[in-house]
Amino acid sequence: MGVPPTVTLEEHKISKNVSRCPTVLDEHWTFKTFKKRCRIAIVRYEDYEIEFDFIGIHPAVANTFRRIMISEVPTVAIEKVHVLNNTSIMQDEVLTHRLGLIPLKADPKLFEFKAEVDAEPREQDTLEFELKVKCMYNKDSNKNSSLAEDMYINNYVYSKHIKWKPIGSQKDKFSEENLGPVHDDILITKMIPGQELDLKLFAIKSNGKDHAKFSPVATAFYRMLPEISLVKEVEGEAAERLQKCFSPGVIGLKKDNGRVIAVVNDARYDFSSRNVYRYDDLKDAVVMRKVQDHFIFTIESVGAIKPDDIFREAINILKDKCTSLLQELNSL
Amino acid sequence: MSFFHTKQVISQLADAGTGIDESSKTFVFEDEGHTLGNALRYMIVNNPNVQFCGYTVPHPSESKMHLRIQMFKGRAVDALKKGLEDLVKMCDHSLLVFNEEMSIYKSEHDSKT
Repeated sequence: MGVPPTVTLEEHKISKNVSRCPTVLDEHWTFKTFKKRCRIAIVRYEDYEIEFDFIGIHPAVANTFRRIMISEVPTVAIEKVHVLNNTSIMQDEVLTHRLGLIPLKADPKLFEFKAEVDAEPREQDTLEFELKVKCMYNKDSNKNSSLAEDMYINNYVYSKHIKWKPIGSQKDKFSEENLGPVHDDILITKMIPGQELDLKLFAIKSNGKDHAKFSPVATAFYRMLPEISLVKEVEGEAAERLQKCFSPGVIGLKKDNGRVIAVVNDARYDFSSRNVYRYDDLKDAVVMRKVQDHFIFTIESVGAIKPDDIFREAINILKDKCTSLLQELNSL
Repeated sequence: MSFFHTKQVISQLADAGTGIDESSKTFVFEDEGHTLGNALRYMIVNNPNVQFCGYTVPHPSESKMHLRIQMFKGRAVDALKKGLEDLVKMCDHSLLVFNEEMSIYKSEHDSKT
């Protein structure tokens, strides 16, 4: 497949390495070459996080996927709050803003977009919740304590206090454990005895373009694969200094006949600080490069959608966009 | 808000002085921006019949994207169609590869635990 396109990060400039054979950056895109080049490798997959390598694509395409994940994959979040009573010290607008930011587990695929912002809530497009909490003195507390949690009941309002109120036939379709907040220990506000909250919450489906609270990701980013090579032998004190110039684990120290020599262990997790250039004796010993068609995607989900599903959804959104545009063009 | 695709999304900008020239066109996309613009531009510019393809978002507070196509030969609309079709193909293949890799990863890690 030839040499991948790279750039070299020099002290005062970034220089391009011209590959001898055509790369994804300069050759004509055809489905055949794309199929040959495109590779994906899953590196890490956890509940909320995925890291994978997407190789052989053009930066324009990588960036489109990233942008769609952040601002066009829909989720469900609290959009409207009816404040029936709020005697806590937190202002209505601050409180409602905080409620909007709470991630909900509800699966956005099961809901429709609201036709109009001010339309009446329907069971297909809205989830209703209730937050009704009153803070009181804890009379049963026999402890002679002055700690707030011993003296009062409900002085901390958490996301677990949010209760679901089914609309229409929602009761048969969903269950509360699949709809409510992702985390039940998000602190919403604090109260003292006598203060109370009585709120009606309405959650709708929308995307990150509308408001950042609808974005399914905490972060979704990519970086190009770093390559580091040592062109001179670095030993002793200089080797340790070189190790400190890079992210932990990137440079290793090898013992050889009583000498300590620096070696490159794993360039992947280098975050490309330019600290080597602070040392005149080290800067000529290292060449730092980036592979331009090798993208390391990291997607961190907020909790509503699994991170791999966010990426799948992003691909589908781009595809749907194109097919609906094609339909329109064909009907012109 | 970009909730609906029922309304017409693409329109054409009149080309000053060129009359009915099918080979050079500027398409206006409603509710689109850099997300689709850059990927689509890349796909179209790779078409050997295309002399020029560029996109712009004329004003940041207006959610419109202009896509200009000039052809060596053929119609600009056809190049746009081909670009969109290529994007669809690319999405399909990416999804296929991703699903494959994901199931391999999952089966490997289930057997370990």
